[in-house]
Amino acid sequence: MEPQWVLVLSAVLFTIGAFGVLWNRGAITILMCVEIMLNAGNLAFIAFARQFDSAEGQIYAFFVMTLAAAEAAVGLAIVIALFRLRESTDVDELNLMKW
Amino acid sequence: MGVLETVGFILLTTLTLSSALVVVFHRSPIISALALVFNLVAIAGFYLLLNAQFLALLQVIVYAGAIMVLILFVIMLLSITNESGLHRSGRIQTVMAPLIALGCAAALAFAVFKGSAGPKYVVSSTEFGTVRSIGTDLFTTFFYAFETISLLLVVAMVGAVLLAKRRL
Repeated sequence: MEPQWVLVLSAVLFTIGAFGVLWNRGAITILMCVEIMLNAGNLAFIAFARQFDSAEGQIYAFFVMTLAAAEAAVGLAIVIALFRLRESTDVDELNLMKW
Repeated sequence: MGVLETVGFILLTTLTLSSALVVVFHRSPIISALALVFNLVAIAGFYLLLNAQFLALLQVIVYAGAIMVLILFVIMLLSITNESGLHRSGRIQTVMAPLIALGCAAALAFAVFKGSAGPKYVVSSTEFGTVRSIGTDLFTTFFYAFETISLLLVVAMVGAVLLAKRRL
């Protein structure tokens, strides 16, 4: 298994995640698609770490994982606050700052 | 390259891609979240194939354990059984989302296939990717980054409480 095939998979996964973020309107589904994109990035980091035989890629993946945890916590808190205000999680209704 | 490795790669690729598609296209957020668990565990399998044992373990504990419990908890707290009708965006998104995703795919395909091949895939030592080697790097070269990320987690925790609490 060449790392290049993992990179191809990572690119496909990132594309699926990006499409999901743009296509869906439910805030929680969008957050889950962002997790998919972060995981695709992590997969590429670890494939490069394997290919270049250096542990640095794995450490970057570790930091990305920590960031993803922080992002999920704050993002879900925002979803709860939003639901309390609007009784829905539709992101298209959040147009207060739209010009 | 062993046969077992190739079989594992194909199985994990199928599982990863199909569960990712379920996450994006399923109407019910609960089903999406459960598909995301499958996706994350399959990616942990890839980490094992790529000699990142510690990261595979962290992936299962942090992602499939902590983050997914948080997401499922919020879905059940708000009792969002169906986001149907919310699923499709307006006209602009319906046209632009596939276009932007295709553009993104083209850019990534260009980067993967036209980039230089890089060094040959080698296994230098059995230490690669173990808790010991990662921990040594984390507490020497990346010490300040490691301490800063703990500060970031505290900030995120305070922020989450502040946002989710009804009144302080």
